[in-house]
Amino acid sequence: MSGPNLLQQLDYSVLQQCIHCGMCLPTCPTYEATKHETSSPRGRIALMRAVADGRLAPNSPQFADEMYFCLGCLACETVCPAGVNYAEMIEYARAEVESGGAKAGAQRGLIRAFALRWLFAKPHRLRWIARFLRVDEAAGFSRAFVLLLPRRLRDLRAQQPKICDKFSFDLIRETESPRTPHRYRVGLLVGCVQDVAYSDVNRDTVDVLLANGCEVFTPRGQSCCGSLMGHNGELELARKLARQNLDAFPLGRLDAIIVNSAGCGSFMKRYRHLLPDDPRVKLWDEKVHDIHEWLVRIGIQAPRESAQPTTRVTYHEACHLVHGQKISQQPRELLRAIPGVELVELPEATWCCGSAGIYNITQPEMSQALLERKVKHIAATDALIVATGNPGCIGQIRYGAQKSGLDIKVVHPITLLARAYRGEL
Amino acid sequence: MSLSATAWRRLVEIVGPANVQHSPEERIAYSYDATPMLARLPEAIIFVESSPQISDVLKLANAESFKVVPRGSGTNLSGGTIPMENCVVLVTVKMDKILEIDPRNLTALVEPGVLTARIDEAAGAHGLFYPPDPGSIKISTIGGNVAENSGGLRGLKYGVTRDYVLGLEVILPTGELLRCGTKCVKDVAGYSLKDLFIGSEGTLGVVTQILLKLLPRPAARRTMLATFEAMTDAAETVSDIIAHKIIPCTLEFLDRTTIRCVEDYAKIGLPLDAEAILLMETDGHPVVVEEESARMIELAHAHHARDVRIAKDAAEAEGLASARRAAFSALARMSPTTILEDATVPRSELGAMIAFIQQTAEKYQLRIGIFGHFGDGNLHPTFLCDERNPEEIKRVHTAFGEIFQKAIALGGTITGEHGVGLAKKGFLEDFAGKAGLDVMRSLKHTFDPGNVLNPGKIFD
Ligand SMILES: Cc1cc2nc3c(=O)[nH]c(=O)nc-3n(C[C@H](O)[C@H](O)[C@H](O)COP(=O)(O)OP(=O)(O)OC[C@H]3O[C@@H](n4cnc5c(N)ncnc54)[C@H](O)[C@@H]3O)c2cc1C
Ligand code: SF4
Ligand code: SF4
Repeated sequence: MSGPNLLQQLDYSVLQQCIHCGMCLPTCPTYEATKHETSSPRGRIALMRAVADGRLAPNSPQFADEMYFCLGCLACETVCPAGVNYAEMIEYARAEVESGGAKAGAQRGLIRAFALRWLFAKPHRLRWIARFLRVDEAAGFSRAFVLLLPRRLRDLRAQQPKICDKFSFDLIRETESPRTPHRYRVGLLVGCVQDVAYSDVNRDTVDVLLANGCEVFTPRGQSCCGSLMGHNGELELARKLARQNLDAFPLGRLDAIIVNSAGCGSFMKRYRHLLPDDPRVKLWDEKVHDIHEWLVRIGIQAPRESAQPTTRVTYHEACHLVHGQKISQQPRELLRAIPGVELVELPEATWCCGSAGIYNITQPEMSQALLERKVKHIAATDALIVATGNPGCIGQIRYGAQKSGLDIKVVHPITLLARAYRGEL
Repeated sequence: MSLSATAWRRLVEIVGPANVQHSPEERIAYSYDATPMLARLPEAIIFVESSPQISDVLKLANAESFKVVPRGSGTNLSGGTIPMENCVVLVTVKMDKILEIDPRNLTALVEPGVLTARIDEAAGAHGLFYPPDPGSIKISTIGGNVAENSGGLRGLKYGVTRDYVLGLEVILPTGELLRCGTKCVKDVAGYSLKDLFIGSEGTLGVVTQILLKLLPRPAARRTMLATFEAMTDAAETVSDIIAHKIIPCTLEFLDRTTIRCVEDYAKIGLPLDAEAILLMETDGHPVVVEEESARMIELAHAHHARDVRIAKDAAEAEGLASARRAAFSALARMSPTTILEDATVPRSELGAMIAFIQQTAEKYQLRIGIFGHFGDGNLHPTFLCDERNPEEIKRVHTAFGEIFQKAIALGGTITGEHGVGLAKKGFLEDFAGKAGLDVMRSLKHTFDPGNVLNPGKIFD
């Protein structure tokens, strides 16, 4: 073993919180697929505890595999009556795996160093690479990711989202004010994947905020939220990025920090666990709001009535909204407020689509199986649009729909709302 | 002692290499069930897919002298699936087919690894109903339910698992296959062998098929939540409802501590300042449901209920029921270790039993949450403690000892539904008496002369 046992540093009561009752098993996609206790939340927690107790070697390959076979979807956390903090445990466990070197291998090491420690660590690097890749028509965004794991090259490419023409800072001024005097002043996180692949969603977010009386401040000094690193065993790096964000947003002058990517929001609301000693984190965690949550909280302007016929829209719940942040009704409420939208419920709406951060790259089989299941349910709704509040899910479902020949648009709920305000719906 | 080379080789031949596991990770993950503070590593874990495989494994166990522990989802609360020395855990979850729903005979034929909730869902598609609903319904297997004779929230009106088992296919510990029971409601040919296996905690045979009785789905159902300032008022409401010849399907209660934990988890607006709440449900013909629920509300008010909330739709009713099902796990929010028991007394003694439990907790300075199935006298006193404090754990065990003695003295039992397993075998002789225990031992020996199947459970 190299380095300290990180799971031992985690407060033992967090591990002990699990009373192994098993109530979480049926909600876990990896348990459902394998029926193996080792691939269940209860089993994984037992393994983590064994590592913390010194009963299991942290550099054991199967331990590492199980920690990465986990989707991090947090369905187990939602259903757990005992209040187990699975999100924190899995972060520590993966950091343990990385420090123990069980998953080491020259190629994986290089890829991780490139992607997690270099590429995503500074937003300008990602933008720069993305711009460079755009020049090469055929390559698309995929190359940057392909470098992560060269397996399944061709499939991967199709799976990754396209790079936008313009990134967020080209589309959004540092401060934008509503026409009427503002009711609130909010900060906006542009994200990393969101920024280069879905900058239009960021623009839409600003438009919707402006329409609802919010002045929007989008600091240039912000960085990636750190979730990609935090979820993949690079806790130190995640801490560094979190600090950069704490520096970039003037907390005292903002009523809220708005995030439109479920994964980022879920991670940013937990900076207090990441940086327990930073005096700013308590206020920070209180101010971070998912966009849907914020809009419902402040109450939105009704969009103008639409002349268009009604469209069937269904809603897929991103894991890090419904499980990570317990936000489930708000996006539906916003969608229902849009004239011309007929919201139909998606069966198994809260079951993971298999995107799960970089899971679709690291665990392609399981990811595909989940995607097919999701697309099948979507098809059954006969909807023309599926709305979902996370860039990863948007990319994943678009890919799945395209692969199975399903003609459906996959969009962020806020994009629909922005279009309604613009009278485009 | 460990498994012989022959045993390893044959196990792989019988179930296939992918279905034999023995890595440190697998052994850890199958070392526990839902019972607190009990765990032991098995030598191997095997996933069985058919009755002949199980038969071969058991024959091998006799020939090569190793032990076999059947396991469903591992949610039992009595240590029933905790491995013993030199043992293999035999997991049934891959045998999970619903083989038949027979609407003409009102029966279902299922494999043991089917999750309980799925049976009721499948029955529901035919307008039928599988009533037993343990708190663990979404994850427990029907094989585990049969082996534990599990009860549930609807026990008062509908009975327990035993009341729904018409027939079984069992592999005996010697490897022989035995079928007992039929689709006939009436069947008195010989001893009722199926009844021996129900509740035998995996010690007399491995259940491989289960023929279950189904009922027509009740046309209407009403769920109510009554809030009380005093526990005795809740208890008297229950007695009075039954005295009025009403048998509701559910009469569940939660005490103040449990209410807080459940609300913290489920956020469904439970009254945090109440001393007790009663979850009441009646089902059946719409007219009867209407009449009974009105009467129940009246009786609750007569016993000083502060408020009676009526679930407005099925979703709210299900929300209340699942909150109740989460009670045990939710109590874990209060402390690192939760030790729950299921002492059960005749309904008429409920008040006395609860008072005794509260006094005992005070006497030993223990924090406690109590909830349970009021309608059938099945209580779940749950001590909130910390396993890292051995002195406290000792007090917990002493307190439980006294609670069990009291339950027996009141004409009750040491376990209403969780089984004896490892956790309560020390108390069984006091309850069953020497003669009772001797008969059980000789039965075990008759079925399992090699003592290979889940030995050391229920009794030594
Ligand atoms: C939160 C929670 C709530 C619960 N609520 C209730 C409740 O309301 N009522 C209740 O009665 N119980 C309850 N239980 C206890 C438990 O869920 C039941 O005992 C359940 O029947 C166990 O099913 P299982 O599949 O998990 O079995 P396991 O725990 O895997 O096994 C239980 C026993 O059955 C044996 N066994 C399993 N499968 C077979 C088979 N095919 N053939 C022979 N033997 C077999 C095992 O050896 C063991 O002795 C609850 C448990 C939890 C954690
Ligand atoms: S994580 Fe929660 S639900 Fe799952 S076994 Fe542990 S305590 Fe039970
Ligand atoms: S996070 Fe998702 S995949 Fe991982 S253990 Fe929990 S439910 Fe299973």
